[in-house]
Amino acid sequence: MADAYIYDAVRTPRGRGKSTGALHTTKPVTLVTGLLNAVRDRNPGLDPSAVDDIVLGTVEPHAEQGGVLGRTAGLAAGFSESVPGVQLNRYCGSGLEAVNQAAARVRSGWENIILAGGSESMSRVGIGSGGDPWAMDPATNYDTSFVPQGISADLIATVEGFSRHDVDAYAVESQGRAAKAWADGRFDRSIIPVIDIAGQVVLDRDEHMRPGTSMEDLAKLPPAFAAMGQMGGFDAVALQKYTRIEEINHVHHAGNSSGIVDGAALVVIGNEDAGSQFGMTPRARIVSVAAVGSEPTIMLTGPAPACRKALDKAGMAVADIDLIEINEAFASVALKLMRDLGVDHDITNVNGGAIAMGHPLGATGAMLLGTMVDELERRDLNTAMITLCIGGGMGIATIIERV
Amino acid sequence: MNLETIRYSQDENGLVTLTLDDPQQSANTMRQQFVEDYITVVDHLEANQKEITGVIITSAKPTFFAGGDLRELIAATPDDAPAFIEFSNRLKRAMRTLETLGMPVVAAINGAALGGGLEIALACHYRVALDNPATRIGLPEVTLGLLPGGGGVVRVIRLLGVIEGLTKVLVQGQQMRVTDAKEAGLIDEIAPNTEAMLAAAKTWIAENPKATQPWDARGYRMPGGTPNHPTLAANLPAIPSTLKSQTKGAHYDAPHHIMSAAVEGAAVDIDRAFEIETRYFVDLVCHSQQAKNMTQAFFFDLQAINKGGSRPDGYDRWIATKVAVLGAGMMGAGIAYQCARSGIEVVLKDVSMEAAEKGKAYSENLVKKAVQRGRITQEKGDALLTRITPTDAYTDLAGADLVIEAVFESADLKKQVFADTGPVVNPDALLCSNTSTLPISDLALGVSRPEDFIGLHFFSPVDKMPLVEIIVGKQTSDATLAKAVDVVLQIGKTPIVVNDSRGFFTSRVIGGFVNEAVAMLAAGINPIMIERAGSKAGYPAPPLQLVDELTLTLPKKIMTATRAGVEAAGLEYVPPPAEPVIDKMLEAGREGRSGGAGFYDYDDSGNRQKLWPGLFDMFDIEDDRTLHADDVDQLRDMSERMLFGEAIETVKCFDEGVITSYADANIGSIFGIGFPAWTGGVAQYIDQYPGGTTGFVARCKELTDRYGDRFIPPPSLAARAETGEPFRPPGAR
Repeated sequence: MADAYIYDAVRTPRGRGKSTGALHTTKPVTLVTGLLNAVRDRNPGLDPSAVDDIVLGTVEPHAEQGGVLGRTAGLAAGFSESVPGVQLNRYCGSGLEAVNQAAARVRSGWENIILAGGSESMSRVGIGSGGDPWAMDPATNYDTSFVPQGISADLIATVEGFSRHDVDAYAVESQGRAAKAWADGRFDRSIIPVIDIAGQVVLDRDEHMRPGTSMEDLAKLPPAFAAMGQMGGFDAVALQKYTRIEEINHVHHAGNSSGIVDGAALVVIGNEDAGSQFGMTPRARIVSVAAVGSEPTIMLTGPAPACRKALDKAGMAVADIDLIEINEAFASVALKLMRDLGVDHDITNVNGGAIAMGHPLGATGAMLLGTMVDELERRDLNTAMITLCIGGGMGIATIIERV
Repeated sequence: MNLETIRYSQDENGLVTLTLDDPQQSANTMRQQFVEDYITVVDHLEANQKEITGVIITSAKPTFFAGGDLRELIAATPDDAPAFIEFSNRLKRAMRTLETLGMPVVAAINGAALGGGLEIALACHYRVALDNPATRIGLPEVTLGLLPGGGGVVRVIRLLGVIEGLTKVLVQGQQMRVTDAKEAGLIDEIAPNTEAMLAAAKTWIAENPKATQPWDARGYRMPGGTPNHPTLAANLPAIPSTLKSQTKGAHYDAPHHIMSAAVEGAAVDIDRAFEIETRYFVDLVCHSQQAKNMTQAFFFDLQAINKGGSRPDGYDRWIATKVAVLGAGMMGAGIAYQCARSGIEVVLKDVSMEAAEKGKAYSENLVKKAVQRGRITQEKGDALLTRITPTDAYTDLAGADLVIEAVFESADLKKQVFADTGPVVNPDALLCSNTSTLPISDLALGVSRPEDFIGLHFFSPVDKMPLVEIIVGKQTSDATLAKAVDVVLQIGKTPIVVNDSRGFFTSRVIGGFVNEAVAMLAAGINPIMIERAGSKAGYPAPPLQLVDELTLTLPKKIMTATRAGVEAAGLEYVPPPAEPVIDKMLEAGREGRSGGAGFYDYDDSGNRQKLWPGLFDMFDIEDDRTLHADDVDQLRDMSERMLFGEAIETVKCFDEGVITSYADANIGSIFGIGFPAWTGGVAQYIDQYPGGTTGFVARCKELTDRYGDRFIPPPSLAARAETGEPFRPPGAR
């Protein structure tokens, strides 16, 4: 069986996901063409026509980021007519799902080199705008005890006993780490600034960050999901399943939840031959991948079981992992993952996370993977595990090993 | 045309009047014959449309139209599904034809238009209603476990929009007064009398020679948007959760299907929407046990009771004119209000004028609120209050033909009070005691004419709780019982009749519920989970909350009396698992809401806070907040323990002759002690259980094995289970 290697990882900086955000005027297709050009420029030995597929995750795959964005962008970038594309959606895990599928296809021996990643312009195609029967079809919603993810995050905090102080402290730390990581240039190798047609830099850094955020700053924010929980009936739905809890402690708000942003990422995945053939040096090997389903009402507890599944497949234990990257959809998700795996914050999200820098839904998984490749190299460490919680009650994980 | 239920007349101007007048019933219903007649009429209108200028639909009955034929619906089996689909579709096609012919059709709603009646009116272009305070307009099918399958879901949504339609009309089945119906948009105009109503109909027809429904007009936009419109889409996820929040975890088939039919139908065109409505309707009619349960209880059983089902025959109807209410506490004050509201003169007596006036103040407060809400006029409110005379003197009770005693729960005090009252009131006055636990036959010994003595057990708060449990003492005469039923109906309450015994029917049966819940605490089950299990079972008030309301001393009293009775009979008393829990709580000074602390904490105003955290220590309960894989099974066991506890007690009540009417048991349990409505009542619960009595008894065995001998079914029930005979004999009252 062939191995799947990571040869390169690139990403755009993350623009604020509002009409005032820096990337709001950059079309989704342009976010991706920029990265395809970067892959081509950084890997001059790579013959674009040899790429077997472009796999892109997008969670709202309609309107301006509809169709098969990877193929469209490939054509628009003149990448090569012979390279197909495919769109996929595993909600927030899509960027990593794309990587995992690409890795499996390469490992199978049937394909050599695949570009995998994701793209999401949340300022232009809003979250939820594509509809979803899980939430919108009354019978399905009712029968599956749907609640919005913010309620789920607060439910996790309630079950685990994470206080408002706990989640705010986590958020403050994320902001601090992200600021330091940027200042240290730890993302420099992977960031591809977005340049406009006039040759000007549109954005070259993650603009969602609020460095210097303090506990006092966060304490001012009211809990964001209390009203929908009480008036929308969602607390009742959650408590009718979680019957040992008297009421939900609403602790999350914009300051301790992932930021809504625009961004895209691509990872070059190939077998050993691809490296020698195209003059590329492998940076890491994909050791194992896993996806799981988990309890859908609490929704966001999939990471730990996904990690365990990936570890089992790899014949590894948690202690064998040097760095962990868990998407900070909400602070309670990260706190729970650390508790579930028995790991410390000092090896988890060492460069901050989505609370500070934002979570461009379909792209994030690939961004986190790139961050880990860069950081393993920078710290001269060996193994990393990347994981994300996912809507619908799912989890995804990937274990990589530096080579 | 050969019509049986509709009279057709056409004037020289081509104006057709359809007068609905079913010769076989006192109200028009959507029975087979009516539907055939309706289709025949529509065919005729279509064939002769050139000569017809418009149509008025009205009724010759006091009501406009009563709704579906529930006898037909309750008898439906799964095999009848194709027939019901066909029936539904034919009716809907005819209604659709009528509203799309182009000729103006007006509904002249002369009286109540509920269910099918409103559906017929909604398939008209204009609706004028007679201004009658007794008229109710709405689609109450949900309260019977059904949905409006005559196009009601589809047309209400198209008229009002998804959210408005669901919340104001469909999910709760509100029965609106005429003014409220107009405000809600269900009717267009209100007329002061019949002539004006018909004139308004004619005028509208003259002014609208070509009529279409709003949803057939060019440029129609569904109010609030269709499901893929962003504004409505954003609100869709909260619709099911709002329903679950309202039903508190109990599953009700009907609102689930109404919600689904409404939204799914809104996403397609109207003719396909009718198909969706029909599917959900037929599923309820042919497959929903809840529909059968609720129709039996709230239509048939309730009707039987309100017609005096348990009232002895051969006695003329009695009307009370002046009532002496003894005791102006919360119950007495509420009873006084209820009587005055029904036109009876009330003398409200207590030991001091101050106490009596305080009792009257309760009515003043209720009247004020009612006037504020527009429920009654200031004049009517003032008249009500004028009927209540507070007093501290027995002499003022002279002329009373009814006595209702609601003093402190002491046999001696009650006897004393009756002894003082007897000589003053009319010599043949009806003598009633609102006791919840004291044997009537014993209290009757304190009056000179025990045959005129009877128990009238009201429930708190009196103005809201519809039930009165009439308790027949050993010496109570049939004539007295007949009068008691009459007076309960006279004051607008629902009577059930039980024979004197410890706990009567309601207090005894509710013990089954309370004991199980409290016993679970003793077994170390999380009290939050206990409350959720109660809510999931469908109890409107969760058990520990309810016990706090009743006060823990009440179950303790009952257990003490039971112990005394058992030991007096020379048998060994086995304390129920709940008793040590109650004892511990009472020892800790936590006797319930009135005492400021119970299973829950209460603030200084008596408002319930959270469950007392001390319960975890006191009963050694783990503070584990997680979801367990077997929670669904455990919750099912917990819920069924509560339901079975009450059902088994009910069987014993029948065995012992405490109660003889199944309708009374069902309605009494739902209206008086909060037995879940979806079951159709505590007796129906047994028969509707999967597998009937056989399935119920098999489950009893499982519960016995797991939780104890109190779940052993009484022999009378075990015998029925052998043959599969139902608990309620066919045709039994």
